[in-house]
Amino acid sequence: MKTMLAIISNALCRITGRSAGEQTVSELLIGLSEFVNLTSPPAAAAVPPQARRLPPKPPPAGGAAQLVSSRTDQTDRPGARVVASRSLSDFTPQATFDIKKCDVHRLEAGPPVRAELTREQGLQYYRTMQTVRRMELKADQLYKQKIIRGFCHLYDGQEACAAGIEAAINPSDHLITAYRAHGYTFTRGVSIREILAELTGRRGGVAKGKGGSMHMYAPHFYGGNGIVGAQVPLGAGIALACQYQGNNQICVTLYGDGAANQGQLFETFNMAALWKLPCIFVCENNKYGMGTSVERASASTDYYKRGDFIPGLRVDGMDVLCVREAAKFAADHCRAGKGPIIMELQTYRYHGHSMSDPGVSYRTREEIQEVRSKSDPISLLKERLLSNNMASVEELKEIDIQIRKEVEEAAQFATSDPEPPLEELCNHIFSNDPPLEVRGTNPWSKLKSIS
Amino acid sequence: MAASLRCFLRSGKRAVLVAVRRGIHNSSPAAVQVTVRDALNQAMDEELERDERVFLLGEEVAQYDGAYKVSRGLWKKYGDKRIIDTPISEMGFAGIAVGAAMAGLRPICEFMTFNFSMQAIDQVINSAAKTYYMSAGLQPVPIVFRGPNGASAGVAAQHSQCFAAWYAHCPGLKVVSPWNSEDARGLLKAAIRDDNPVVFLENELMYGVPFEMSDESQSKDFTIPIGKAKVERQGSHITLVSHSRFVGHCLDAAAVLAKEGVDCEVINLRTIRPMDVECIEGSVMKTNHLVTVEGGWPQFGIGAEICARIMEGPAFNFLDAPVTRVTGVDIPMPYAKILEENSLPQVKDIIFSVKKTLNV
Repeated sequence: MKTMLAIISNALCRITGRSAGEQTVSELLIGLSEFVNLTSPPAAAAVPPQARRLPPKPPPAGGAAQLVSSRTDQTDRPGARVVASRSLSDFTPQATFDIKKCDVHRLEAGPPVRAELTREQGLQYYRTMQTVRRMELKADQLYKQKIIRGFCHLYDGQEACAAGIEAAINPSDHLITAYRAHGYTFTRGVSIREILAELTGRRGGVAKGKGGSMHMYAPHFYGGNGIVGAQVPLGAGIALACQYQGNNQICVTLYGDGAANQGQLFETFNMAALWKLPCIFVCENNKYGMGTSVERASASTDYYKRGDFIPGLRVDGMDVLCVREAAKFAADHCRAGKGPIIMELQTYRYHGHSMSDPGVSYRTREEIQEVRSKSDPISLLKERLLSNNMASVEELKEIDIQIRKEVEEAAQFATSDPEPPLEELCNHIFSNDPPLEVRGTNPWSKLKSIS
Repeated sequence: MAASLRCFLRSGKRAVLVAVRRGIHNSSPAAVQVTVRDALNQAMDEELERDERVFLLGEEVAQYDGAYKVSRGLWKKYGDKRIIDTPISEMGFAGIAVGAAMAGLRPICEFMTFNFSMQAIDQVINSAAKTYYMSAGLQPVPIVFRGPNGASAGVAAQHSQCFAAWYAHCPGLKVVSPWNSEDARGLLKAAIRDDNPVVFLENELMYGVPFEMSDESQSKDFTIPIGKAKVERQGSHITLVSHSRFVGHCLDAAAVLAKEGVDCEVINLRTIRPMDVECIEGSVMKTNHLVTVEGGWPQFGIGAEICARIMEGPAFNFLDAPVTRVTGVDIPMPYAKILEENSLPQVKDIIFSVKKTLNV
C-alpha cells in the first residue's frame, strides 16, 4: 500500500511539477485538479474532424529515451478522445473511452457508454489488477508445491470485476462474496502478505491461519464464504443494517452463475425488493459452475433478469471501466433509495474451479486461449493506456517488476512465518467472554479458550 | 405489570394447582405471578428499549402480535423498523439476520418453531456459529435465534422435534433452554446482551403457565448467567437433571416420591451448552444416583452427553448405580392423544426410573 502510494505521489509530482517532498497524496491530487483546471480547454468542446491528427509514433521498444515533446494531439483511434492536454507533461492526463453498452432489465436507461479515465486511475487499476493476477499465480505455484493445502479457488481472469467495483464504491461501503475471494480480500484492504500467509496457514495470516482461503475478513468485508449462496442473504442483512442505521452505505453482494440457482437467493431477492434494501447483487458469470456450463445448469442464463422484479444490468466484466461505470450506476440507484439492483458481470476464469480441477475437461484449451488473447482485462487496460499515451511501456514494466517483487516478498513471508501456536487452538470460540475450558481429544486433555 | 395481574386473575384451576404443588419457594412479599409468555415479552420489550441496535424479525411477529403472542404489543410500541414481519423464507431471513448482526446490529430472529429452523440451519451453524473462530476474532455475530422447541400438543411428527441436542453439538453456539418465567426472562435478557450466537429454546406448552417472580427478577437489569444450572429442589437420595418443561415433571415426581421417603434433588440445567457439569457432579457426589430427563430422543441426546461427562469426571466414583436416562420414545411423534402421551416422559415414568435406579 505504501509503495503504491509512493509511486502515485511520484507520478503526481512529475505531472504537477511539485517537488516530491512531504506532500500527502490528497494534497497532490488537489494540486493536480487545480493544475488541470488551469490548463485544460473548456469542457465539452466538440472536436472538429479536421483537427484530428494521427498519434505520434510510440518510443522505440528497447530505447531508454524519455517520451519527447508535448501532446496536444487528438487521436482518432476508435473509442478514445483526449479531453485535456498539457504542453509540458509527458503523458495524457485523462481520456474518455467508449465502453460496451449494458443490457438492461426493468430500467429506463443504463450506465453511460463513455467512461473517463485519468492517468492516475489507469495506473491504479492496472496496479490493482496486476497485483491480484500475480498473487493468484503465486498461490497456484505455492499450491503445487504443497505449501498451500485444501481449497484454493483462483481469480485470475476476473480481476476487472474486483478492481472495477472497488473503484466505484467507498471504503465505507460493504462487500461480501463467495469462496473465490482473494481478489476482493486485496481490494478491500488486506495486504498480499496477510493473504498469502493465510493461505499457507501461518500466524501472520489475516485470520491467524484459522480460516484459510475461504475465510478472510477485513473491516466492511465479510469474506470469503464457503457455502454456495449463503453469502447472499448475509449481504442483504448487511444492507438492512445500512438502511437501519441510516448511514447511506450500501452492500455489494457477490455470487456466481452456479449460486444463481440457489433458493435462498430468491428468498433474499424477495425481501430485498420488499424492504428496498440498499444492496447491489452481483452475479459473476464466468460461464461455469465448477464443471457445469451455464447452459447445463440454468433454464435461463440471463442472470441479470433472474431477479424478476429487481432491475438488472448485464455488464462486460472483462473491461474494468465498464464494471466501474455499471457499479457506480448501481450504487447511485441504491443510495437513491430505489431498492436493490442486480449486476451480471460476464467474465472468465483462467484456472479451473479450484486447484484440484485442471479446468480442461469441460472446456477447451482453445476457448481459454482465445479469452486470454482477446479479452484479458489487464491487456485491455494496458492497451488503452499505451495507445492513448497515458503511460509508457517502461513505466508499466517497472510497475510489473515492483509487483512481482512485492508478491515474492509476501510469498517469502508466507512460507517462513511460523504456524499458529497450539496454545491458540481453542481461542476465538466466543466473543467478549471469560476464558472457558474446552475438551480436547481425550478426557484428560483440558484446553483453554480465550475470547 | 397490568398484564401479569390480568394473567393472575385469569389463571385457571390448573395454574393455581401448579402454584400450590410447587409451593411458594423463596419469594419476597411482593412477588407476582407472570406467565412464561409475558416474561419473554417483557424481556424483549426492555432490551429493545435499552439498546436501539436490538430488533426482532420473524414470521407474524409484528402485526399478528406473534404466532404465539410472545411479541404482543411490541410492533405497536416500536414500529416497522424494529419489529419486522418476514415472508415465509427461513433460510433467507435467518441469513439476513446473521448479516445484520455482522454489520453491527443485534437481531432477535424468531423461528415459528424450531422445526422450521432446519430450513435455515446452515445459516445458524456455518454463518453464525463458526464465524468468530474462522475469522480469529475479527467478526463477532451477536444474534439470538429463539422460538418454541420440542413437542406441543397434537401437532404430530413434523412439528414436534426437539433440537437441543442438534444445536448443542456445535462449538460457537450457546444453547439455552428455560423452564419457568424467571428463567425465560433472565436468560433471554442475557442472550440478547451476549455478543455471541445464542439458540434460545422455548416451549409452547409453557407459554401460558404462570410462575411466581421475585421483585429482584422484575428488575430491568435482571439477567441469569448463561452456563449456570439451578438446583430447584434440594435432596439427598438421588439427582434428577432436566431442562425446559420436564423440570416441572421432575418436581412433580419429587413431590410424590417425597411422600414415599425418597428425597430427590432436582437440577434445572437452564443452559444446555455450555453445560454446567460441575453442578451435576457436585450433586451426584452427594446423592450417588443420577437420572436425566428430557423430551428429546434418546440417541445422541442430552442425557447421553450427561452420562459421558459424568463418566469422565470425578463424580463417576461416587455413583452407586449406572446413570438412567428418561427420554422421549425413539419414534416420530404420533398424533392420537393416547399415542402422543405415551411418546413423552410422564411423571410416572420418572418415578419408576428413580425407584429402579435406587433399587427400591
